[in-house]
Amino acid sequence: MHDLPQQLANGLILGALYGLVAIGYTMVYGIVQLINFAHGEIFMVGGFGALTAYLALPGGTTLWLALPLMLIAGILVSTLVAVGAERFAYRPLRTAPRLAPLITAIGLSIVLQQLVFSFYPDAKKARVFPKIPGDPFHLASITIQRSDIFLIIAAPICMLILGWFVARTRSGRAMQATSQDPDTAKLMGIDTDRVIVMAFAIGAAFAAVAAVAYGLRTGQIDFRMGFILGLKAFTAAVLGGIGNIYGAMLGGLALGLAEGLATAYIQHIPGMHLFGGGAWKDVWAFVLLIVVLLVRPQGLLGERVADRA
Amino acid sequence: MRHRSALVVSIAVIGALSLSACGSRDEKKAGDTAGGASTTVTIGVDAPLTGDLSALGLGIKNSVDLAIKQANEKNEVPGVKFQIKALDDTAKPAPGQQNATQLVADNSVIGVVGPLNSSVAQSMQQIFNDANLVEISPANTGVALTQGEKWATGTKARPFKSYFRTATTDAVQGPFAAQYLFKDAKKAKVFLIDDQKTYGAGLAATFKGEYTKLGGTIVGEEHVNPDDRDFSAIATKVKASGAEAVYYGGEYPAAGPLSLQLKDAGANIPLMGGDGIQSGDFIKLNPKSQGDLATAVGLPVEALPTAAKFIADYKAAGYKDAYETYGGYSYDSAWAIIQGVKAVVAANGGKLPEKPREKVVEAVQKISFDGVTGKVSFDEFGDTTNKQLTVYAVKDGKWAVEKSGTFAG
Repeated sequence: MHDLPQQLANGLILGALYGLVAIGYTMVYGIVQLINFAHGEIFMVGGFGALTAYLALPGGTTLWLALPLMLIAGILVSTLVAVGAERFAYRPLRTAPRLAPLITAIGLSIVLQQLVFSFYPDAKKARVFPKIPGDPFHLASITIQRSDIFLIIAAPICMLILGWFVARTRSGRAMQATSQDPDTAKLMGIDTDRVIVMAFAIGAAFAAVAAVAYGLRTGQIDFRMGFILGLKAFTAAVLGGIGNIYGAMLGGLALGLAEGLATAYIQHIPGMHLFGGGAWKDVWAFVLLIVVLLVRPQGLLGERVADRA
Repeated sequence: MRHRSALVVSIAVIGALSLSACGSRDEKKAGDTAGGASTTVTIGVDAPLTGDLSALGLGIKNSVDLAIKQANEKNEVPGVKFQIKALDDTAKPAPGQQNATQLVADNSVIGVVGPLNSSVAQSMQQIFNDANLVEISPANTGVALTQGEKWATGTKARPFKSYFRTATTDAVQGPFAAQYLFKDAKKAKVFLIDDQKTYGAGLAATFKGEYTKLGGTIVGEEHVNPDDRDFSAIATKVKASGAEAVYYGGEYPAAGPLSLQLKDAGANIPLMGGDGIQSGDFIKLNPKSQGDLATAVGLPVEALPTAAKFIADYKAAGYKDAYETYGGYSYDSAWAIIQGVKAVVAANGGKLPEKPREKVVEAVQKISFDGVTGKVSFDEFGDTTNKQLTVYAVKDGKWAVEKSGTFAG
């Protein structure tokens, strides 16, 4: 167990990544009750946007200059795609039964994958993503990668900005009002369409930040990366209480920790040696989800909503 | 109004479909007459032409294409023209199975080169065998494909007589790596990881058998999902285990980030794998690959005098993608089919018989010629008689030959 601190760090870093993507699920769900299954692909196109910016820069540009530009490009692409999806795929179906936009989302996710697969140069195989050069940092017995530093800094900053935005700005309060009761909010003069677009845009921007973090971490991106990660982030959002912004982050961290610890230690529990290791980490992630849903169906930070259908 | 536009669209679609059908029919006629009185036969290719493993798959396709072009130029089989039909299996069993059905249904197909993955081959063998269509894989190393499920217990039985391969098996490759790591590299403690696919798990198992027999210690075992790209938890485990090397059964899309994250975590030990990681893309995906090792079947194509012409021709043909690990084997696989057809035609008085497929299978079984990769011939299981292997190491961003040899059990 002497590697426990390191495994906890691994889990938290991975969890922060899940959390960033989960915000997009949670915000959209909180406001329009849509599980946007195309959100994983919004994350993916953000990665490709950032990669395009990196490739467009002249060779030898330092990463300190490149990284902000990559972030901007990634956020731009993700946001555009998300807002476009909202406008053309979801808005026409807003009054349709819930199932219709859900199926559209799944369809959209496949369309986005295939578009990148077919039209992005060489996207048929994994594309190399730049890494932050240099040796890792050592903190007592914990080793932290330079590339992960980006995530460690970016995740809390994103959360703080979001928290401030939702609680303190006019638009943020309009968002809260819409999420509580869209019809009344509309009657009070809130432009709910604008609020919904905003929720999509913010979620997409966070997903793009997460995509850059993912690329830096693994050194590669590919057109399918949004699928599994999107599913995990969705799990994190449900775990934390879907609709709750802080819940998404907490759910992400819990999920990351669960995966890391399951990979590392479940094998060593007597009688469990067959069910541990990397191959089982997804299983344990979903077992955790089921347990939480059984014990606390509203999720870790969710509130019981009885008055809503 | 709505109904009318729907009608117009349907008519347009049907029209377009029927037009394109006409187009393809015309094309075929043109192909038939181009060779004068000759018959055109097709050599099918099934490989991942898109997706993670497409670098290897495109190398296979191009090498077969080269073999066919040269056979046509040289008029290798008088009266017979060859053409290629390449299908994409995306490295997955289900599309592979569909492709097999499609190839079998095309009467002009006389033999198939492929697939890349052993798991895909499993889904295709029966279909080809039922149709008596010869299939030669340049890359499958899963032992059970030729020797049956019980090969490990010593009961070898060939399940499909139409299946052959020019690559040696994991029964040879895993142990060869074990011998190298234990005897040459002097690594006595290894951490074993595999991706649970037919190829990866089989390789890891044969490695483990030989390595423990030699006296090495397996300090830990892990299984990962092939689509996984986050290995931080496993990297930490490996580092804590005190392993001197990692042996990975699997392919480069996961092996690249795995090796990178191992080194990032501070475990500065080499990762060794089989031919599934011996690709240029492994190095591209992994900036810290220096010192990583891989075995590959056969001798390096570059080192064989017989292959100099292949490499020159491949370059001259101007293919966009490299021939990669299996180029030479793919070329030899296609050439084995061409030679099989040649023998059948010769035995039938200079003409292709009515139903040639079964006769080609018999002819390929007896084939023996000097190919790009050395002697090409098959034993009673359909395995290549060529048991040479090479260990490669990453040096300065390239796979460099570390040691070549013939496997001795």
